[in-house]
Amino acid sequence: MSYSVTEPSSRQKWIAGTLVITYALITMVPLLWIMMTSFKTPPDSISYPPKVMYQPSLEGYVNLFTTRTRVSPERLAALPPPENFAEEIVRNRNMVIAGPSKFGGRFLNSVIIGFGSTFLSVFLGTLAAYAFSRFKIPLADDLLFFILSTRMMPPIAVAIPIFLMYRKLGLTDTHLGMILLYTAVNISLAVWLLKGFIDEIPREYEEAALIDGYTRFQAFYKVVLPQAATGIASTAIFCLIFAWNEYAFAVLLTSGTAQTAPPFIPTIIGVGGLDWPAIAAGATLFLLPVMIFTVMLRKHLLRGITFGAVRK
Amino acid sequence: MAEIVIKDLRKDFGDFTAVKESSFTIADGEFFMLLGPSGCGKTTTLRMIAGLELPSSGEIFLNGEEISQKPPSQRDIAFVFQMFALYPHMNVRKNISYPLASQGMSRRDIKAKVAEVSKILGIEHMLDRPVGGLSGGDRQRVALGRAIVREPKAFMMDEPLGALDAEFREHMSEELRALHDRMGATTVYVTHDQLEAMQMGDKIVVMNNAVVEQFGTPRDIYDKPASLFVADFIGSPSMNFLYFNGQVFDGHASVQLGQQMVDIPQQLANVEGELVLGVRPEHISLSDNGIIRCEVLAVEYLGTTQIVVLASEYGELKARVDSTLAVNVGDHVGASFNASTITLFNKASGKAIRSVLNDGVFPHG
Repeated sequence: MSYSVTEPSSRQKWIAGTLVITYALITMVPLLWIMMTSFKTPPDSISYPPKVMYQPSLEGYVNLFTTRTRVSPERLAALPPPENFAEEIVRNRNMVIAGPSKFGGRFLNSVIIGFGSTFLSVFLGTLAAYAFSRFKIPLADDLLFFILSTRMMPPIAVAIPIFLMYRKLGLTDTHLGMILLYTAVNISLAVWLLKGFIDEIPREYEEAALIDGYTRFQAFYKVVLPQAATGIASTAIFCLIFAWNEYAFAVLLTSGTAQTAPPFIPTIIGVGGLDWPAIAAGATLFLLPVMIFTVMLRKHLLRGITFGAVRK
Repeated sequence: MAEIVIKDLRKDFGDFTAVKESSFTIADGEFFMLLGPSGCGKTTTLRMIAGLELPSSGEIFLNGEEISQKPPSQRDIAFVFQMFALYPHMNVRKNISYPLASQGMSRRDIKAKVAEVSKILGIEHMLDRPVGGLSGGDRQRVALGRAIVREPKAFMMDEPLGALDAEFREHMSEELRALHDRMGATTVYVTHDQLEAMQMGDKIVVMNNAVVEQFGTPRDIYDKPASLFVADFIGSPSMNFLYFNGQVFDGHASVQLGQQMVDIPQQLANVEGELVLGVRPEHISLSDNGIIRCEVLAVEYLGTTQIVVLASEYGELKARVDSTLAVNVGDHVGASFNASTITLFNKASGKAIRSVLNDGVFPHG
């Protein structure tokens, strides 16, 4: 049998594969449990021993999106037949739907703030990284260090000054305020990551574009950006994950109009007992956008930076 | 169609001077070589002509118009990069048509133009392929296609064959020269390979340490080197140097070298002190009555000729002689020089001393 120094043997591949899959399964168990719980009825969700096989139900999702009031059996019987499956599930618990819950709005807030701050971070980060990478900037190294220094403490350490500042500026509980805050936290990461990626792109590409009759900005837009797509995609994912999951500032600075999903989901607990399926449903839905975003950009994450147009 | 005049061009990067006041003229339609060792300033000079670097001082005239501070997009000069710099996210066709798209040319005209150029370069069959999978030679052709497609006033080429295999370089250099002759456009070509420069160039500028050492035709540069550096850099093996103390007189055609009188071209200056006698290997002949006594150290057989390495009182000499001449290691022979080809140098300044041989080849005095 042929033997290669650089290629792992099939045995090594098998062991490595087993380890990775085992690790992936272990880390996925809690997520899987949350998703399973979201499709259970409340009694199933707290039964002991825990149920792995059960009759799936959408009750958690219905409870997540609605507010309900309890009514007497006589009044329930007097009502016309239920119009949809949600109504039917709710009536089985002797309740009627009183209206939509706040979850939809909070989820939308998360989308606006998460994606808004991600876009802003990546946009500003790309421009700054390009400038740091290509132009002679006085004190460039000091500036880069200064930018990074904003990450040298946990952001929450400055919570009180920011809280006071935001109250004064009227940014508390606004979408703009949260977008600015998350952008400020993410921008240093974005600049540093993207600078690394842009440094890797040979200058010759832009010079070729300049020679070919394009302006510096056109060269940046048409030649550098496509090359930096990998870096931009991975930076965007990191920024989104932070902004999407951020909890502490969201609790502190938002309460109503701009409240994001993370501080809202735990408040479901207070409404009519421990409604675990509804919380699990909220968590499951909350996972989806980041998951979809990551899967969409996966191709860029895996692809190499240059694909051989410059001879190595 | 362009004549390029470089006048007192200078470029500083902070404390480092890449190019010191340099002047030369590139005539319309010339294949012009910028030759020198790495770090000599040749690429910086080329980039200043193209507009990728702005000169610290000096002027560049393109057809009489001063362009040294203009952005590259307004100069109408094409550039071929050493590493090709094809746009990796575009296929061959888009790469070639990219300079035309910036001019706002109609889609139909672009298509016709790309077809024409790809036919010249023999790359029609790969127009829809991504550039990533192309071989070095094909990438070079695509890079050339991108340069010639818009019919620029002049071409700048930065060691375009440097990234190719030795075997393919030969072929590409012929192709390049043929392409130039067909288009008749002014071409400025940077290389550190003296053979390439001699083989392809109409004119050569030899640069060293940010300074233009000599500017002339390949024949002049080889036969009449203006400085020790040029004499040493051009030719393989390079010129032999015999260091001695002596003097030359205006009008005399010989010089005292040790105990011997050596015939040289008639001198046009009086110089005294440490001198260097330079003679090309092929202008040394071996015989029993040669004026310099030597011992044969080694013989390198090259087919039609052989290089004989000799030990003399002036150090090691290399002679290129006919391969039929019987020479053996350890033989004692006499070496004599072809008088009309000798150049004398002033060791202190490194410059050639004026004689009837090289009179008039020094544009910089």
